[in-house]
Amino acid sequence: MIYINSFLFCGLICLIGQLILDNTKLSAGHITSIFVVVGSFLDTFSIYDQIINYVGAGALVPITSFGHSLIHGALDKASEMGIMGLLMGMFDLTASGITAAIVFTFIFSLFFKPQN
Amino acid sequence: MGDYMEKSRYKELVNKHQPTETRSQNAFVAFVTGGIVGVIGQLLTEFYAVFFDISTKDASTFMLVSLIFLASLFTALGFFDKWVTFCKCGLIIPITGFAHSMTSAGIEYRKEGPIFGLGSNIFKLAGSVILYGVVSAWFFGILRLIIMGG
Repeated sequence: MIYINSFLFCGLICLIGQLILDNTKLSAGHITSIFVVVGSFLDTFSIYDQIINYVGAGALVPITSFGHSLIHGALDKASEMGIMGLLMGMFDLTASGITAAIVFTFIFSLFFKPQN
Repeated sequence: MGDYMEKSRYKELVNKHQPTETRSQNAFVAFVTGGIVGVIGQLLTEFYAVFFDISTKDASTFMLVSLIFLASLFTALGFFDKWVTFCKCGLIIPITGFAHSMTSAGIEYRKEGPIFGLGSNIFKLAGSVILYGVVSAWFFGILRLIIMGG
């Protein structure tokens, strides 16, 4: 069941993105930025956490989960440290993804040439 | 002014001749491929959770790193660009698009040198995601602290 939910939710997010991309002048960069903001907005009232409970990784794979992870880490830290915790915990949960992307990019761009 | 008229006329023509089937086809392809990426994520999460005997939360971090690794590798090998051209948002919206944008920028600007090429341009496309993500998370975080007290 969770696989079907994953498929439907992740597919739906991509579908919305594609519809925006095809029917407006916004570029892919605009859309990913908007979706990150939407993700962090949904987590402000813990809506995104409940979505993750229902659809599992289907909600963690789209870029909306990046905004969710940012604000989630920040709020976790803020509950201990107060308002400074927002700054200290911002990258707590996304650190692995950003670090992995930077390191892999660095390694691959040293060893691979542009294809075209 | 004449130039502007030409452009709007051109857009009208393009819009008229653009088949609507392509849009619905694009949307369908994005839906299916996006869904498949989501299912792969779920499969990997459960595989890691069983294989390494870790919690689902840790396993989902492993899963995201694996997807980022695969997207970076496939971009470096050259065939991920073709997939993105075909699937569009099906691969751009998932985390694979984030990795793809960084690796393609890195490889493309590598020839301009390690500092001003690779270093300055690595976040050329992914930077906006981080910028607006952090700013909005900070703003909404403060809102939530004020409204709900944490």
